[in-house]
Amino acid sequence: MIEVELVTGRTLEQGATVEEKLTENYFYAVNYIELNEEDFASLKLKDGDRVKVKTKFGEVVVFAKKGDLPKGVAFMPLGPYANIVIDPNTAGTGMPKFKGVRAKIEKTEERVLSIRELLEVI
Amino acid sequence: MLYIKNGIVVDPKNKIKAEKMDIFIKDGKIVEEKDVKKSECKVIDASGKLVVAGGVELHSHIAGSKINTGRVMRPEEMRYVRLVAGKFRACVGRILMNAPAIGYEYAKMGYTTAVEPAVPPIGSPHTHEELDSIPMLDKLALPVFGNWHLVLKFVAEKNIEKLKAFIAWALERTKGFGVKVVNPGGVEAWMYGGNMKSLDDKVPGFGVTPREIILSLVEANEKLKLPHSVHLHCNNLGIPGNYTTTVESIKLASKFSNDKRQVLHITHVQFNAYAGDSWRNVASGAAEIAKAVNSENVTIDMGQAIFGPATAMTGDAPFQFTLHKLLGARWSNKDSEVESGAGIVPIAYLPSNPVHTVQWAIGLELGLLCDSNKVVIATDYPNGGPFTEYAYVIAMLMSKKMRENELKRVHQYAQKATVLPTIETERTLEEVINMTRSLPAKILGLENKGHLGIGADADVAIYDMNPLEVDTSSEFEKVYKVFKTALYTIKGGEIIVKDKELVKEVWGRTFWIDATKKVDPSLIKQDLEDYFKYYTVEIENYGVDEAWMRNPQRIKVV
Amino acid sequence: MNIVCTFCGSVCDDGIYEEGKVKRLCKLGSSKFSIENKQRLKAPLVDGKEVSYEEAIEKAAEILVNAKRPLLYGWASTANEAIRLGVILAEKLGGIYDQCASVCHAPGVLAVIEEGLPGGTLGSIKNRAETIVFWGANPMEAHPRHGVRYSISAKGILVKDRKHRKVIVVDVRKTKTAKVADMFVQINPGSDFAIFTALRSILNGNENAVPSEVGGVKKEQLIELANILKNTKYGAILYGLGVSQSRGRDRNVEAAIKLVQLLNRFTRWVIWPMRGHYNVVGAGEIPAWEAGYQYAIDFSRGYPRFFPNEFSAVEVLKRGDCDAALVVASDPAAHFPAAAVKHLKKIPVIQIDPYINMTSLLAKIIIPSAIYGLEAEGSAYRMDGVVLRLKKVVDSPYWTDEDILELLLKRVEELKR
Repeated sequence: MIEVELVTGRTLEQGATVEEKLTENYFYAVNYIELNEEDFASLKLKDGDRVKVKTKFGEVVVFAKKGDLPKGVAFMPLGPYANIVIDPNTAGTGMPKFKGVRAKIEKTEERVLSIRELLEVI
Repeated sequence: MLYIKNGIVVDPKNKIKAEKMDIFIKDGKIVEEKDVKKSECKVIDASGKLVVAGGVELHSHIAGSKINTGRVMRPEEMRYVRLVAGKFRACVGRILMNAPAIGYEYAKMGYTTAVEPAVPPIGSPHTHEELDSIPMLDKLALPVFGNWHLVLKFVAEKNIEKLKAFIAWALERTKGFGVKVVNPGGVEAWMYGGNMKSLDDKVPGFGVTPREIILSLVEANEKLKLPHSVHLHCNNLGIPGNYTTTVESIKLASKFSNDKRQVLHITHVQFNAYAGDSWRNVASGAAEIAKAVNSENVTIDMGQAIFGPATAMTGDAPFQFTLHKLLGARWSNKDSEVESGAGIVPIAYLPSNPVHTVQWAIGLELGLLCDSNKVVIATDYPNGGPFTEYAYVIAMLMSKKMRENELKRVHQYAQKATVLPTIETERTLEEVINMTRSLPAKILGLENKGHLGIGADADVAIYDMNPLEVDTSSEFEKVYKVFKTALYTIKGGEIIVKDKELVKEVWGRTFWIDATKKVDPSLIKQDLEDYFKYYTVEIENYGVDEAWMRNPQRIKVV
Repeated sequence: MNIVCTFCGSVCDDGIYEEGKVKRLCKLGSSKFSIENKQRLKAPLVDGKEVSYEEAIEKAAEILVNAKRPLLYGWASTANEAIRLGVILAEKLGGIYDQCASVCHAPGVLAVIEEGLPGGTLGSIKNRAETIVFWGANPMEAHPRHGVRYSISAKGILVKDRKHRKVIVVDVRKTKTAKVADMFVQINPGSDFAIFTALRSILNGNENAVPSEVGGVKKEQLIELANILKNTKYGAILYGLGVSQSRGRDRNVEAAIKLVQLLNRFTRWVIWPMRGHYNVVGAGEIPAWEAGYQYAIDFSRGYPRFFPNEFSAVEVLKRGDCDAALVVASDPAAHFPAAAVKHLKKIPVIQIDPYINMTSLLAKIIIPSAIYGLEAEGSAYRMDGVVLRLKKVVDSPYWTDEDILELLLKRVEELKR
């Protein structure tokens, strides 16, 4: 288990598939987390492995990838998976804190839920 | 069909001074008695009431990115509730208002036509969308030309034929009505942090001067025979000592002649009429300006400051930055492509502030010292304050006594820095009706507006006052109350205000000038092609088509 | 045939459409116009059953009229004409109008309320900006042609090309945009406010007050950055969600605007947000002139009130403070935090959208609509407030959002009588 600062954001793939939300293309565009190489190694992960992302606000299983990130920072594409774990408090602005939430990451054998399943468990 | 019976008509254009008359309306026009069947007419009994043409607003920032950014920047303005949704739209806004409120408030005041006087050309689709959301009024929009790179280029080349072709092209594309010029050259200089300090400063990158820009645009405008003259916001706006620049600019008109109308309209002159050399010794330059106005073929509008909140918003981006620094207030700026710029800063005019008092006095001085056939009542909404206080301006111009009362409650600096306390003039009813109706219509070249002659648009205001019985000099409180809200407003033959209440929502037209047949478009084809490489939109996507507008009205210039 | 792209806020208007193929547009734009692999309904659905447009709209009108406080949300990916009807509909219903910016750039609006927005159009940036700073923005992925058309390598009349322009990226991660920049300043997450403030201190001559490192950036680099900003003739800070969605939110934007105010005392700088959806600006501009505010507008008292803490969609849903929702051209089920989606699952949701998405999975009524820019004509605001006309290049059996909302508004007005 490691602790990271989780940020979310747009990616080209997420954007290109945003109008086909119930397809496999979109599913794969948004159901992962990018970790710094060292962090990735410390969890003994290899490509295609799953991790559980846990924050104060929820937990979600996604695929793990190596990303060009500083150690201790993780990135998820914006979308339904990230939205389970981001901070829904808006501090009066109406906008949840999509970027910058403490998250615990651990390797898991649980499977990644489909988008339909994800909506059901919310 | 409408029959307005027994009203006391004041119609300066048709030389009618407070005469008891009947007015007949059919198909949105004023017609002769014989053209209507009286039995089929809806009758309005206007016995003992003042009947005049609908007001024509010559200069009011009612639509487009400036006022809309102002609204967003100032939610404290929008919290003022004017009308709860019901038969009519919800209306909010203290000085800045939402679009329905603007239409309704003008209508309630007896106004039926308004000019949005500063359209960033690339922003014209926004301006027209917003104008199309303002009910009740006929509308006109003036795109800004004075800092547009292509204009500067043609001025530098001294190519008036190209300039004419370009103006015609731009008016068609922006669905504009005339040529607005804001701080010529100064806004382009602002892109490098500068400004134009005199008519003979050189615009960076082009080598042309404000003087050359104004003269070239007036020449092209006059050769095109556009209904409206060049509409100029002078250089050095808002700077103590600027009245000399304004006088110089006015004198540029002497090079041109036109027997139908002015050759140059100078706008919101109050902001360009300061003597002195700092805010510490600022004084009125209105008398000098009035002298120049009265001797040249120019017209002006007042830019009257009204005590209370306002929002400064102009295409004069460098001035807005100066104001931001001066007041430490919020500041929005918009550099538009290589065409124009703009800025917005909140302000309030306080009677306890010596400078504001001078500003307030100057507007009135201009309204009193200029020929009544040369000066239009306006506040440069929302720069000088709300348009809803025109009744105050009217009453002040008509009553020395009211001015004396008001002068007592404002900062006494006005006593020494202005000549307002010494002015004896009291405007007559006919004069103020002219200054709010016939004159602005004439300045715009709108032949069917601002009067009640046969064939005029059936835009009529009826006020609860018998002009034959009121002493406007002493009964200023009554004058104020009367002009604040019309008893009836009729727009295009439809009653939209009755007994001072809104009764019907109507949608007016947007007039625009088509001068394309007067020019050879091939003259500028290459220039446009070259130039549009540097635009961020394709030339075919630039501007507004009539089909997108609610009710466009093309006026062809021949 | 010329087309105007309706994907991101860049609204590129130089697309070419030929026999079902698009040219010139980026990956995002191309995906927008490749509709063959997108799931679309054949007809409106009410409770999963196919019905006519009129029937679906009738049912929707009933739900909305019977609701005490409906939420009307979305609007960033539809045309101005539809947005205007949406605002009027919210007013008639006494409901809440909120739009996608509320989970995107709306904190920037709060900053504008505090400080204003010293900005410019994309054309002023393209033609004049010698230095461009992308701060918490990654246009190479979010606005792929922004760089070519308006900023990084755009060919301007005064700044000729990439060689004459300096590009700086400030971000927490080395994004694709950072990789093409001349200077990359990597900052710690959530430290934007501190860094804007440090830059202001340096520019104000209070360099001594700045510690040796701020938000993961060495003081030397901050001084270098401040000098570049100060010595540029005309520069632009284009900020993204990295600024408005992270710790500090609106206060970050406010600090950035204050930096630009200060820079204008030395030279010329503008600042502008990198807006996401193609018409998210319109979703704010139109309610601003119709109702006075850009988002989070409540009409329950018969007049508009603005208060993001209470009337933004996320807050309303988290509190369970709406009893029906009309979602137009948006997918809150996919883009709202789970805590908000929970309530959306409980109330009747009416969706108007060209595509099936996550919100469709919980919607009671789904009304498919035509795609603006391809199947429907209308106007939209580019990210800088420039309005462009969206083209219709193919026929479709779908009603436009404008058609649907026009009938919906008419029926609501009739039922309310």
